[in-house]
Amino acid sequence: MSAANTEVAYNSKIEGGVVVTKLDAAIDWIRSHSVWPMPMGLACCAIEFMSASCSRFDISRFGMEVTRFSPRQADCMIVAGTVTYKMSQAVRRIYDQMAEPKWVIAMGACASSGGMYRSYSTLQGVDRILPVDVYISGCPTRPEALFDGLMALQKMIAKEPGLKLLKRDRPVKPLYFG
Amino acid sequence: MTEKDLALQNELLEKYPYVSVRPGSADHASFDVPADKVVEFALALRDKEGFSSINDVTGCDWGVDASPRFSAIWHVYSHECHQYVRINVYAADNEKPAVPSLCSVWAGCNWHEREAYDLVGITFTNHPDMRRILMWDEYPYHPLRKDFPLAGIEVPHPDPDTVAQTGVRVLPAPMNGGPFVSCRGNTMRETEPRALDQEWSEGNRKPSAE
Repeated sequence: MSAANTEVAYNSKIEGGVVVTKLDAAIDWIRSHSVWPMPMGLACCAIEFMSASCSRFDISRFGMEVTRFSPRQADCMIVAGTVTYKMSQAVRRIYDQMAEPKWVIAMGACASSGGMYRSYSTLQGVDRILPVDVYISGCPTRPEALFDGLMALQKMIAKEPGLKLLKRDRPVKPLYFG
Repeated sequence: MTEKDLALQNELLEKYPYVSVRPGSADHASFDVPADKVVEFALALRDKEGFSSINDVTGCDWGVDASPRFSAIWHVYSHECHQYVRINVYAADNEKPAVPSLCSVWAGCNWHEREAYDLVGITFTNHPDMRRILMWDEYPYHPLRKDFPLAGIEVPHPDPDTVAQTGVRVLPAPMNGGPFVSCRGNTMRETEPRALDQEWSEGNRKPSAE
């Protein structure tokens, strides 16, 4: 057996310092643990979001804690609250200002379906204007439910073909409620 | 109505003979004032009687068949005698109701009167900025009128940019057997507000509607 072959089979200097994986998996792993959320706080769910981001519940345990209040710096819009028709144009414009890749979470009953506001002024679910990735129930949503939703989003991101989406333009996500 | 409020009501009635007592007020002194005298009465309340603070302005639709159908109501408060006075002014026209604005007397009326204009459709003459305040400017209806359905009426969405990208429209809300109430139950899942009759929805139309 030659010396070179021995080195390929086993080298105690590099063993444990190298991880073999697929590039897709590496990119997805990085992405799913560095999602920067932006709260689109419109009603009481935003108060629950504040609670979730403070020390008692501590959103930073999940790798999604760098809350940004500018759409230019955020990856994930958390629509927290009642979206009126008058506000919906602002919500859509702020979504358009976010850079790809981007995701949307509909937090709570109002953002998911209009909630109890079945009236002339309320958009019946933000999925009429945005491609929503995760819906979270609750009125308002508990912080634990929000974390469950955030972790569901992380699992979704982990299944994306990350390399393909890096190389070409991300396809425009369809609206589920057209 | 307390003795103190009753005394105030009688005192004001004596001083200003053009106002009349509004019958049936359970709490505060309450007057019907002719539209052409309301600014004069308001100025007198503010400058002579000490009613320095405007608390609320509302518009009221008394019903589709009522005549006069619309009235505007101002609630004013005195920090000297700690009492309220309610001023009611009927609009003469049922089609295009208009009453005088009191912004020149109490500047705080401004947004309240805009809200009454927006939701009930009462125009306040001599208002400095008579625009809608809650609904968007092009909205064609006044939603708190009695003949306006709670679910709303289909109109175009206010923003052409959003419409171009999503095709969204302002649609009547699905009432789905509403009203939506919180039901009794132990878990959060059971107490979530919901319609009592859930047999029909947007996709599954109510049988009696067809």
